[in-house]
Amino acid sequence: MYDTNLVLGGKEFTSRLIVGTGKYASMDVMRDAHEASGTEIITVAVRRVSLPSGESILDYIDTKRYTLLPNTAGCYTAEEAIRTCYLAREAGLGEMVKLEVIGDQRTLFPDVEGLLEATRTLAREGFTVMPYTNDDPVMARKLQDAGAACVMPLGAPIGSGLGIRNPYNIKIILETVTVPVIVDAGVGTASDAAIAMELGCDGVLMNTAIAGARDAVSMARAMKLAVEAGRLAYKSGRIGKKLYATASSPLEGLPDWTS
Amino acid sequence: MSVKISVNGKPMDVAPGLTVDALLTLLNVKREYTAVAVNREITRKTDYGAVMLSEGDKVEIVRPMGGGAR
Repeated sequence: MYDTNLVLGGKEFTSRLIVGTGKYASMDVMRDAHEASGTEIITVAVRRVSLPSGESILDYIDTKRYTLLPNTAGCYTAEEAIRTCYLAREAGLGEMVKLEVIGDQRTLFPDVEGLLEATRTLAREGFTVMPYTNDDPVMARKLQDAGAACVMPLGAPIGSGLGIRNPYNIKIILETVTVPVIVDAGVGTASDAAIAMELGCDGVLMNTAIAGARDAVSMARAMKLAVEAGRLAYKSGRIGKKLYATASSPLEGLPDWTS
Repeated sequence: MSVKISVNGKPMDVAPGLTVDALLTLLNVKREYTAVAVNREITRKTDYGAVMLSEGDKVEIVRPMGGGAR
């Protein structure tokens, strides 16, 4: 079936699965999981270089093949997040950023006021802003109006693996904005990713569900298939839900067994 | 005589007139995918050779690391 590509910041992507780089058992496992996921976009944190300077994560990510997506994880104010994006740009990581402004340590829910402010500033400065937000359709619209290149509502708290807790809000967000909608956070297993895509989301971003799985590499492949399956099902137009049965076989032509 | 600065939060004594470029060489830090800020101001790569560090400067050297996603 014909499908369009995911477009972010003028770049086209065939894969609709964005993956992370945290919590892997080893760098080799991470590299193999990235390969198995079929991803084209990999998100990375920006942190202090450990001194003396040692191995770099980029020894395990082919930057010619993957688009790097620096993120502002760990930033609690708009100012910190904006500075991190500037640092990322200066480091040569490009202008596409996964913007996080965290509002609470325990839930890691976004501080949407700071998020909106940072989105506005960064969009004006030419960044392709991909904000991690809550599942509020009103905030999604505000982020779009502020210049966000997409909106990334959480399915459930970061790293929780609880899945898509409020599919109805995600559905309303999809009807509210015209920019791509990418579910970021909360996916636990393949069916969660498939549900997000079946709702009509444009992509899914995940880390822990892959990195934390007993076999990260095979889970990465499961996620690739789930995202593809969910997308295909969405594009194919599912049947309506009915309370009672509808026979699949014709009722005419039944042999008569009555005596 | 030396100049006291901090690099990624750690105190360090360096020679007077040390540039950002020389500091990176001293610390054996790769330039690729690395960014530097001195006292919260980002130093452009093209300015590494011109910016000299002075007493009390706070230097941050960052690069991509694993993590920061769900």
